[in-house]
Amino acid sequence: MNDHKFEQCIKCTICTAYCPVVAVNPLYPGPKQAGPDGERFRIKNKFFFDENLKYCMNCKRCEVACPSGVNIADIIHSARMRYGHQKPNLRDMILASTDLMGVMARPVAPVVNAVAGSKAGKWAMDTFLGVDQHRTFPKYQFKGFVGWFKREMEASQASYPRQIAFFHGCSTEYQHPEVGKAFVQVMNALGFGVQLLDEECCGVAMISNAMWKQAKQHARHNVAAFEKAVDAGLPVVTTASTCTFTMRDEYPHILGVDNAKVRSSIVLVEKFIHDLVDKGKVKLVFRKDYKARMAYHIPCHMEKLGWSIFTKNLLQMIPGADLTVLGSGCCGIAGTYGFKKENYAYSQAIGQPVFDEIARVNPEFVVSECDTCKWQIEMSTGYAVKNPILILSEALDLEATAKANCVNG
Amino acid sequence: MKYDVVLIGGGLSSLVCGISLQRTGKRCLMVSGGQNALHFSSGAFGLLGFRPDGSAVERPLEELDKLPANHPYRKVGAAKMHEYVNRVKPFFASCGVMLDGDPERNSWRLTPTGTVRPSWLAMSDVTLYEDSVVSIGRKALIANIAGYLDFNTAFLAEGLEKAGVTCRLEAVALPEFERLRTSASEMRSVNIARVMDHDQVWKKFVEQVCVLLRDEDVVVLPEVFGLQDEHVLEQIRECIPARVVFVGTMAPSVPGIRCQSALKTAFEQAGGEFLMGDEVISSEMDGERVLSVRTANLGDTVLEADHFVLATGGFFGRGLQATAEAVSEPVFGLDVDAPEERTQWYNPDFFAPQPYTRFGVHTSENLRAMKAGKEMENVYVIGSELGGADALCEGSGAGIAVMTGFKAAEMING
Repeated sequence: MNDHKFEQCIKCTICTAYCPVVAVNPLYPGPKQAGPDGERFRIKNKFFFDENLKYCMNCKRCEVACPSGVNIADIIHSARMRYGHQKPNLRDMILASTDLMGVMARPVAPVVNAVAGSKAGKWAMDTFLGVDQHRTFPKYQFKGFVGWFKREMEASQASYPRQIAFFHGCSTEYQHPEVGKAFVQVMNALGFGVQLLDEECCGVAMISNAMWKQAKQHARHNVAAFEKAVDAGLPVVTTASTCTFTMRDEYPHILGVDNAKVRSSIVLVEKFIHDLVDKGKVKLVFRKDYKARMAYHIPCHMEKLGWSIFTKNLLQMIPGADLTVLGSGCCGIAGTYGFKKENYAYSQAIGQPVFDEIARVNPEFVVSECDTCKWQIEMSTGYAVKNPILILSEALDLEATAKANCVNG
Repeated sequence: MKYDVVLIGGGLSSLVCGISLQRTGKRCLMVSGGQNALHFSSGAFGLLGFRPDGSAVERPLEELDKLPANHPYRKVGAAKMHEYVNRVKPFFASCGVMLDGDPERNSWRLTPTGTVRPSWLAMSDVTLYEDSVVSIGRKALIANIAGYLDFNTAFLAEGLEKAGVTCRLEAVALPEFERLRTSASEMRSVNIARVMDHDQVWKKFVEQVCVLLRDEDVVVLPEVFGLQDEHVLEQIRECIPARVVFVGTMAPSVPGIRCQSALKTAFEQAGGEFLMGDEVISSEMDGERVLSVRTANLGDTVLEADHFVLATGGFFGRGLQATAEAVSEPVFGLDVDAPEERTQWYNPDFFAPQPYTRFGVHTSENLRAMKAGKEMENVYVIGSELGGADALCEGSGAGIAVMTGFKAAEMING
């Protein structure tokens, strides 16, 4: 018997039908073979481990489709950890160390952005590192979210009647501080003071790049920080779907880091606000002049979390929002996967149906909780992608919302 | 969150019921623990194919009063059965699934073992014959894709030869499929179908088949075409100068996936909410009423509803569980029709009808679930979660799903 329930597999092959990688990459053995079928052999003899398991993007679509409750992708990544010989190269380490790279790039952000965006820079990264030259890098911000928060917001937070802890994640800090700013504004308007955590990168990219030791360190560090917050009565609220999923499920399932005390307190802001509205605990007042035609791309890890219903419901509350929910499909980026030269073509082939549908719908912008989906879709379609919390902050009449929730700003 | 109806299970019966309800203005949420049995569909639906003695049924509606009293069709009732059978084709057509066949009279279809079997309505993949002693043809060309093992041509030929059809087996090798063979385990129906979905690929395949064709009047192909668009099937039939018959492969079923996808889309387009890969883990009850349920993914978010439909699919769908001691229904702890004595659950003769296939949730005459001997006010049970039928032996699985799905929707709409 096994935690990942591989013995529950009835060999129905449904997982294979929903695997985006199998559809484009013949080198990948497919979820059934790589997961439960292969596991039967591997537990007898590790000789049967197949390095091609690295082609699994960990999108979890196999698990969402499995009628027998087998944690197929968990089996695959646990096997990579247990039996794999894959050692991250310099490129992998750079891609996976999202926080370290942010710290290093920030002071020289304009230079880094210019180099990473230039033809010569792209050629150099492609040739020497194996980062595909077609890839557009997200821009590093000179000024991060945390600095802004400490300078302008932190002092006033204690005055709010209710408090939450915010896990902002790497991309909010280094690339998209506007997401964090929107989060603080909206939470304040709802009467919640925001406290920052002593957080580290969730470690998802380290899991993908076989940096197991570092991933576990990050997991242990974050769980300890969350336990402190939860002990103080603070839920841990997030804005990024993959960080959330990783910290809730990958920590215990793959890294073996126990998060039982905090798991149910780690919650995406869309679920957090939705449940408050649903229970009548907060009111949302929307601007009358807000109008937008948007298309919602559900990230793979939102599908796995099963929480897209909250985002859909929240966006549908906006009177001026014309929302199209796109068909369920992977955009192909899968974190650092699509940045790698050897995966670039597969990555774009996987995402093509998503790009095509976006072009057909032709919205003003696309909605997604995942920042790597954002980078992929923006690069591949030209449409802007916004985090739902950003949309809420634009659509809400923040002053009127604060008043409705008896907040004395 | 409050809905009018929460449907638990996301297979054929739940989708039929959910689409019907959502289209009549009920707000529905469907919770599905992964994909469903449509992925094992032959492409044909059965209403009632066989009598208990194994003889084939010609007109299913004329057999209803011979069925046991607790059979799902008896609960739907003869009048409703007559009404519903004629509703099925337009209903599926409105969801983009075109069904062939006479709703009141069984036809026959060719099986993967080269025999024929009674069928009721069928998707465009399946060729229906009017009678069993059929003229499948004189000579058949059975054409496979080179390297594809889930379509057993030798089996098929053996069966067909017994029926007097001369068979010739050919395998077409196309470079487009060579890459699939890199991972031998991934040479599966859906992977092939995804490649075949490109116009230039299926056309090339069909061209090759035409080259191979000599004096055969029938061409037999595996069901690996038209995953996205069933119109391709028609085009293939037009391109080949012989009668083209598609035959089921090992799972997953291409017509089944196409059908599931169309029904799920129809449900969502009507405004229904579908939670895939989630399951109900607890419920709150007040007497004989279920007030709300909670799911594994939604955590502390409670799902309230006026009505609950249980379509969790029997043993296969994990809607029934058996331990060494008892058979139980895990979601609401409902009463199950199953003998207490374990030795009566199965027949030691593997190929004999198995009693456990008839196990299911005990319901009143109007499909309301029974719990501790009392009728639940707002829980309806549909599809293979219902007891009283041996769908495998009867050839009635899809029929039960669709008929009880319609019935529960009507009960809820009042």
